[in-house]
Amino acid sequence: MLHITDLCTNLIGPITLSLKPSECIAILGASGSGKSLLLRAIADLDPNKGDISLFEQNRREIEANIWRQQVALVPAESGWWGDYVREHFQSNTHTIELLKAVGLPDALDWEVSRLSTGERHRLAIVRALQREPKVLLLDEPTAALDTKATRMIEDLIVQQRSKGVAILLVTHNIDQAKRLASHTLSLIKGRLKPASETQA
Amino acid sequence: MSNYITLSYIDLIAGSAFLILNALFSILLRLKLERQLLVASLRMIVQLLMVGLVLKTVLALSSPWLTALIAFCMIAFAGREIRARQERQLKGLWGYSLGTGAMMMAGMIVTVFALTTQINPMPWWSPRYALPLFGMILGNTMTGVSLSLDTLHTTLYRERISIEARLLLGHTRWEAVRRITRRALRSGFTPIINSMAATGIVSLPGMMTGQILSGVDPQEAVKYQLLIMFLIGGATGLGVIGAVYGSIWRLTDKRHRLRLDRLKPESS
Repeated sequence: MLHITDLCTNLIGPITLSLKPSECIAILGASGSGKSLLLRAIADLDPNKGDISLFEQNRREIEANIWRQQVALVPAESGWWGDYVREHFQSNTHTIELLKAVGLPDALDWEVSRLSTGERHRLAIVRALQREPKVLLLDEPTAALDTKATRMIEDLIVQQRSKGVAILLVTHNIDQAKRLASHTLSLIKGRLKPASETQA
Repeated sequence: MSNYITLSYIDLIAGSAFLILNALFSILLRLKLERQLLVASLRMIVQLLMVGLVLKTVLALSSPWLTALIAFCMIAFAGREIRARQERQLKGLWGYSLGTGAMMMAGMIVTVFALTTQINPMPWWSPRYALPLFGMILGNTMTGVSLSLDTLHTTLYRERISIEARLLLGHTRWEAVRRITRRALRSGFTPIINSMAATGIVSLPGMMTGQILSGVDPQEAVKYQLLIMFLIGGATGLGVIGAVYGSIWRLTDKRHRLRLDRLKPESS
């Protein structure tokens, strides 16, 4: 499905990696090891070299804005440009279902400035999912969440996997990696190393 | 022109009496501005005397090459000023050439248009008309371009996370920066809009006042001033639009990425 070959930026790589539909790979690594940079490079948000293909179609043949709808990145810090949550979402039943799944069914009418960090994070994941991506790149999706909200996000990840979405999960939480991922890799000095194989 | 009153150097010295008075107040009130006042006054005297001499020579020689050379010197200094007024500048040659290029193109197009269609001096590049006109247009375009680029670069940097959030949702680079583009364009247009709105009520423009003082009929002076304001407004708009869109093009790429690595760090 997603094949990454010799992906390099100024600071990381070369990295080779494959993701199958419904697969979840967790990436662990110390702060500053380049985990976020790897996700940004896959989303084509930073200049990079190497080959990436999705369903055998090379990324170079796909417009970057279309690519990012299919390979959706949710960064650790979410960005908001409008005053109200509604301005950042498509208002349809799919979005409402996703908002319910993360415990924020009425959030569309809320003001962005009043959102907590955890709410921002959950909404950012919903925002990425509303375009039904094939691959989801999650950068520490539960870092700022309490236990209940973390469980909601983890359930959402499991649900997306069951729909065939492949997930690359950057986390510091080894237990979470074991719970959610089929494989765990470590990023050390910008290169991926096998960590341990766990069963989701 | 028959009513024109010439000034002697004694008149100028007498005119500076209130400035000297201000310097005395600065000493008495311990404002420590007397040195700055002195330096600024001396600079102004030397600069204006020199420009007077240069213009006298240029007008006497009436050479197209010398006129063009003076115009390019004006562009070079204005370009330096555009770059200096930005907290975050584009790296490399872009930092100078983009703002200067936009200002130069806008200034030259509008000045040549006015000289060849409305004012019609003989020859059309006559330095007596071309240089003052170009100077006024260039000065205002410079202000608009520098303000808009400063707003654009500062806001792009400050709002990079929300811009990238839009890019990640599949927006194109132009869609992702649309709000910031509007803000930058507005900041570039604001001074000339304010100036046009205040002209005639709050302020009497320098050029019009100068013409009236030198004996020109006030209605003729007003017509000249209106033409100048139209030209300044037009050139400022063209320069601001060119500079802002050029800079966005440079600070993004074909893969719809935000390329803030092409901006220098904030100048202290």
